[in-house]
Amino acid sequence: MQNLLKTSTGIKGLDEITHGGLPQGRATLICGSTGCGKTLLAMEFLVRGATQFNEPGVFMCFEEKSEELQQNFLSLGFDLNELVEKNLLTIDHVHLEPSEIEEAGEYDLEGLLIRLGYAIDSLGAKRVVLDTIEALFSGFSNENILRSELRRLFRFLKDKGVTAIVTGEQGERAFTRFGLEEYVADCVIFLNHTVYQQIATRRMRIVKYRGSAHGTNEYPFLIDQQGFSVMPISSLGLDHPASIERIPTGVPRLDTMLGSQGYYRGSSILITGTAGTGKSSLAAHFVNAACARGERCLYFAFEESQNQIIRNMHSIGIDLGQWVELGLLQFQNARATLYGLEMHLVVMHKAIDQFKPDCVVIDPISNLVAAASEIEAKSMLSRMIDYLKMKQITALCTDLTSTSGSSLERTEVNVSSLMDSWLLLQVLEGNGERNRGLYILKSRGMAHSNQVREFILSDEGIQLRDVYIGLGGVLTGSARDNQKAKDQAESLDCQQQIELRQREIERKKMAIEAQILALNTQFEAEKDDLIRLINKEKQRNDTLIMDRLTMAKLKQADKISDPLSPLKNTGRGF
Amino acid sequence: MISLDDVDDGTESPEAKWLLRLYVAGQTSRSLSAFANLKKICEEHLHGSYQIEVIDLLINPTLAKDDQILALPTLVRKLPAPVKKIIGDLSNTERVLVGLDIRSLRPENALRNDDVSGHR
Repeated sequence: MQNLLKTSTGIKGLDEITHGGLPQGRATLICGSTGCGKTLLAMEFLVRGATQFNEPGVFMCFEEKSEELQQNFLSLGFDLNELVEKNLLTIDHVHLEPSEIEEAGEYDLEGLLIRLGYAIDSLGAKRVVLDTIEALFSGFSNENILRSELRRLFRFLKDKGVTAIVTGEQGERAFTRFGLEEYVADCVIFLNHTVYQQIATRRMRIVKYRGSAHGTNEYPFLIDQQGFSVMPISSLGLDHPASIERIPTGVPRLDTMLGSQGYYRGSSILITGTAGTGKSSLAAHFVNAACARGERCLYFAFEESQNQIIRNMHSIGIDLGQWVELGLLQFQNARATLYGLEMHLVVMHKAIDQFKPDCVVIDPISNLVAAASEIEAKSMLSRMIDYLKMKQITALCTDLTSTSGSSLERTEVNVSSLMDSWLLLQVLEGNGERNRGLYILKSRGMAHSNQVREFILSDEGIQLRDVYIGLGGVLTGSARDNQKAKDQAESLDCQQQIELRQREIERKKMAIEAQILALNTQFEAEKDDLIRLINKEKQRNDTLIMDRLTMAKLKQADKISDPLSPLKNTGRGF
Repeated sequence: MISLDDVDDGTESPEAKWLLRLYVAGQTSRSLSAFANLKKICEEHLHGSYQIEVIDLLINPTLAKDDQILALPTLVRKLPAPVKKIIGDLSNTERVLVGLDIRSLRPENALRNDDVSGHR
């Protein structure tokens, strides 16, 4: 059994949700209310077929004139005239004016079939659009004839082997007003255009696709200068890669706080803070550093215009303009309320796909809540972040927290759990001044500083300084400088005291040494005296012995054998 | 049996007041009866000053676009202006006459009808 052949539409996203395109050689019904983009989708099917797949197409319009169609599509960048001249497209306008037609007897719609057949054959067309065939119902009063002729028409299309799109206006109960789905059984696509809180969102759903699996969700789609794009974005999972590469934050001190290396590539970073705490400036630093490394950045700004951001960042010494000129940086400025969240997502997806950035800044995400409810915003952001992670794009989101009310450690959109790193900028008030403080609330997978840093916006950009943490509490700004001066004075005082003491020691040492010297001298002197006395006594002893010997000689005494040992007889010592 | 090749019936006169064009697809029974019905009506109501042109779309399919032909058979009143279209096999004579503005269905327009049918 052969698989169902499909004809690629060439429309971004539509081929993905239909798993390959529309059923080949069969008719597809596109239905929806007025202005939901049926004609555009159908025409783009033909234009893409002609330009991308070299398949000629026939557009049979029952409502708009071919000149009008050409004008309308020129604004979308489709030059229908050119395609017509190249024999890749035929636009056949079928004019139906019921007031001009009188019915007198039996008839059939062979004329329409002949026209269509001729158009198909003369081009060798592979694709056919009938927009919208329901107009026939207002042109002819005999519905029985019409219905049997429609059946014949669809059989005819099938016999011709063309892939056809028929459009139909949404009916009250059925998909189409005149029940066209009765004839088109293979594929039905429903377009929807809803307005919620004054913001319109276009969505598409494949109601039925016989013989094929297909995405069943409502997919948001976008109509812009490049035509139609559908985003199959609800099918993302948590299986994205995790890089171990680190990228600098653009602020050296902040890198140090984040384990000396900065953020992880492909991670999501959240910067929260109250108004005027420098969230955008921190983002600009990040962008500046990334562009300086030659990476591509995409900046989604929901509050300021491109020029305004560039000007403001000039004031802190960052020239973003040069990166824009080099094509490394692109701004996407849009008010959050311009369209619905889904549409924002689609627009952002599209911009990311086109620009292929390495880093993305969303400034601020809190504004997106204005476009929808909190739950929707969170779901949208989680899909956005999943998508960016899958693409290994580093995302930096800022979030404005309101000054009033609860803790600063909460985000407007409750997305903190989605984020890998979370920086908190906070105003530290005191001494009649407001200073900025920066904390790292969390940073998954890396060692990070637990301390607050004072955050200063200077002409040379952001500088982080240590805050004074001491007995007086956490001090910043001039109070910190004061305290610093005080500390310095104190330390100088100490230093002097120490030097004083040391000098005293020296002095004492010198005094004692002098005393020692004097005593030594005295000792030497006394020692000399004593030695002299000792010698004197010795001499006297010798003299005594000599005297005795002499006396003995003189008195003719017994011979003394050893004149020098008179004491032998008298004792051991002398 | 009438052939559709008998294109110009009635008169050859260049100043024919009624120029009628009948679109058909092949010589089907419906085409033939449409032609027969048309000829009969013209003979009865427009004798002399009409011209009928029969176009077979199977032979000239491009012509379908010019007169915005969808249903077949279609009778197009080219002259007098404005263009009028009547679809079907023209078996309902009354509706053909109304469609061609030869006779109104509304009796209060009887006076105007007399003017129009003055050629009789």
